[in-house]
Amino acid sequence: MILTSSNRQMTRAWISRAFTGGTFLCTLAGVAALSVLLYQVLDEGVTRLSVDFLTTLPSRFADRAGFEPAIWGSVWVMGITALLTIPIGMGAAIYLELYAAKNWLTRFIQINIANLAGVPSIIYGILGLALFVRAMELQRSVLAGALTMALLVLPIVIIVSQEALRAVPSSLRDGALALGATRWQTIRGQILPVAMPGMLTGVILALSRAIGETAPLIMIGAFQYVPFSPGGVTDLPDCASWADGCPLKSRFTVMPVQIYSWAARPQEAFQQTAAAGIIVLLAVLLSLNSVAIVLRNRYQRKVRW
Amino acid sequence: MGIPVNKNTWRGRKLLVVAAGLAAFSLAFAACGGDDDEGTTPTTAPGGTTPAAASPTKATGGETDYSSLSGQVVVDGSSTVGPIAEAAAEEFGKVSDVQVSVGISGTGGGFEKFCRGETDISDASRAIKDSEKTACQGGSVEFVEIKVGIDALSVVVNPDNDWVDCLTWSAMRTIFDQGSAITNWNQVDPNYPDQALKVYSPGADSGTFDFFTEEINGKVDQFRNDNIVTFSEDDNVLVQGVESDKGGIGYFGFAYFQENEDKLKALGIDKDQDSKATPVADDKRKGCVEPGDSTVLDNSYSLSRPLFMYVNKKSLAEKPQVKGYMQFVLENSDLVSDVGYVKLPDADYTAGLNTLGAN
Repeated sequence: MILTSSNRQMTRAWISRAFTGGTFLCTLAGVAALSVLLYQVLDEGVTRLSVDFLTTLPSRFADRAGFEPAIWGSVWVMGITALLTIPIGMGAAIYLELYAAKNWLTRFIQINIANLAGVPSIIYGILGLALFVRAMELQRSVLAGALTMALLVLPIVIIVSQEALRAVPSSLRDGALALGATRWQTIRGQILPVAMPGMLTGVILALSRAIGETAPLIMIGAFQYVPFSPGGVTDLPDCASWADGCPLKSRFTVMPVQIYSWAARPQEAFQQTAAAGIIVLLAVLLSLNSVAIVLRNRYQRKVRW
Repeated sequence: MGIPVNKNTWRGRKLLVVAAGLAAFSLAFAACGGDDDEGTTPTTAPGGTTPAAASPTKATGGETDYSSLSGQVVVDGSSTVGPIAEAAAEEFGKVSDVQVSVGISGTGGGFEKFCRGETDISDASRAIKDSEKTACQGGSVEFVEIKVGIDALSVVVNPDNDWVDCLTWSAMRTIFDQGSAITNWNQVDPNYPDQALKVYSPGADSGTFDFFTEEINGKVDQFRNDNIVTFSEDDNVLVQGVESDKGGIGYFGFAYFQENEDKLKALGIDKDQDSKATPVADDKRKGCVEPGDSTVLDNSYSLSRPLFMYVNKKSLAEKPQVKGYMQFVLENSDLVSDVGYVKLPDADYTAGLNTLGAN
C-alpha cells in the first residue's frame, strides 16, 4: 500500500513537472518564431539602412529606393485615424458603459459593435472604396484611407475602453455620487483617471494593428508607385479649398504596402530593401508601444485608492 | 514563474498584453509576404538593378523646361506598360514638382477607373475595346490614344526545360485553347519527355491575356480554365511560377523576361497558322523567330504588339502637368528601351507630340 501511494505521488509530481515544461515550450515557440524572424530581417536588411533610405523617394533601382513617401503616408494616415478614433471611441465607450440604459437598444448596439470588431479588414476596404472613395468622392486620398482605418479600429477601441471602465470598482462611483458629485464630476474626477491607462492601452494596440494593416488600404488604392510625400502640416490650409496641395487629398502609400510591393519584386536586391523597410516599421511600432507604456505608467502613479 | 499577486500585477499584465500584441503583429506581418492580393491587383514593375541599367537616362531631354509645373497626375492600368510609366514618373519628379502616382490594376481594371474619370492616364497593352469606349461615354470621358512603345510578348519556360526551344502557333493553340485536355508535355509532341504541364497566365483583367487569347485562340478571353492553369494579374507571380516548375509555361511582356533572364527561357515563335487556324502560306514570321529588338522592328516576331497610354482630354486641357508628363514620356523614349521594350520609330513619337499639341 505504501509503495503504491508513493508511486501515485511520484506520478502526480511528474505530471505537474511535465505540465510546467509543456507551458514553457509553448512560450518558447512564440519567442523562437519572433527571434528567427527578427534575425532574418536584421541580417538581410541592415546593410540597406541609412539616413538616405529614410529620406529618399522610391526608385525602380533597388539600391536607390527610399522609404520616405511610405513613412509620411503612414504618419498622416495614422495621425488622422488617431484624431478620429480617440475621442469618438472613448466617447462611445463612456456613453455605453456609464450613461446608456440597460435595454434592448443598448444590447443591440453592443452586439453590433462586437460583431464589427470581428469583421475581416478587407471588408472595411470595400466599404471605404464604395463610401469614401466613390460616394463621397474623396478619391484615393490620405483622408479616404484614414477614414477607412478609423472605421476599422473604432470597434476595438470602444470595446477595450468599455472593459477599462468596467474594471473601475463601483464603490468609487457610488462613493462619489453619495458625496453629492454630479455624474460628470464623478466620471471626470474618479472614473476616468483610473480607467485611462486601460483605455490608452486599447487605443495604442488598435493603432498598432492599423499601422501594419495592408488589405483595406490596397482596396482604397495605396498600392501604387508614389514618388512623393503628402505635404507637411504647413500645407493644411490648402485643405479648406480641397486644393491639390492639401496633404489630406494627396495620393499615398503606407509602410506595409510599400514593403509588400518591394518583396513582390523578383530582383534579389529588392528583398534587402524590403527587409530594411521591415526594420523601420518594427522600430516605429516598438516606439509607439513604449510611448503607450510610459504614458500609462505616468497615469497609474497618480491613482491612489 | 508563478502567479504574481503583488501590487504590480496590473502593470505586469498590461506589459504582457502589449508584448503579446507585438508578437502577434510580428507573426501576422511575416505572413504578409504572401500573395493575398484582393481588389486592386498588386503588381510591381521590374526595376533594373544592374549598374548598366542604372545609368540615368539623359536627365531632362534638354528640350523642355518642366520646372514650373506642379500638381498631381494619376496614372493606372496595365502591368506591362507600368514600368514605363514608373520610370517616367521617377525621372519627371526630378525635373518638375509634379506628383505622378502609378497604380497597376491591369489594362481592363485601369480602363474601369479611367472611364469613371478617376484617373488622368490609363496604361494599356492593347487598344481600347468597344465596350470600354461605351463605358467612357457613359462617364463622359473623352480621350486620346498615344502609342509609347512595342512589346515582344514572350512565351517562357523553365530554364531546365531542354526539350523545347520553339513553339508553333498551332502547338500553342493545342496547349492553351479552351477545352484543351493536354496535361503532359508528351501529349504536345511524342518526342517530349513525360513531364506534367503547368500553365501560368495573366488574368482576365490583363491586356496581355486579351491580346494573347485573340491572336492564338482566335477569340478574346478564350482560354483553357482547368486546374493546371494558374492565373495572376501579377507578372512576378507568373515569373516565380515558371521559375520553380520544370514543366511550367507562361507568357508576359518582354520586360519581365529580360529582368529574369537567368531564371527563365524565352521560346522562339513560329507562325504556321493565323488566329483562325488557317495555315499561313508564306510569311517572314514563319520559322522560328526569337523575341528581341531586331525581330520586333523588322516585324518578324509574330507576337509583338503596341503599348498605349490613353489620356483624358479634360485632364489634358485643364491640367498642364498631365500634358507635361505625357510630353516627357514621348521626349524621353529611351526610358522605353531602358525598361525592356522596343522604341517606336521617331516619327511615331512626333505624331504623339502633335496629338498632344492639338488637344
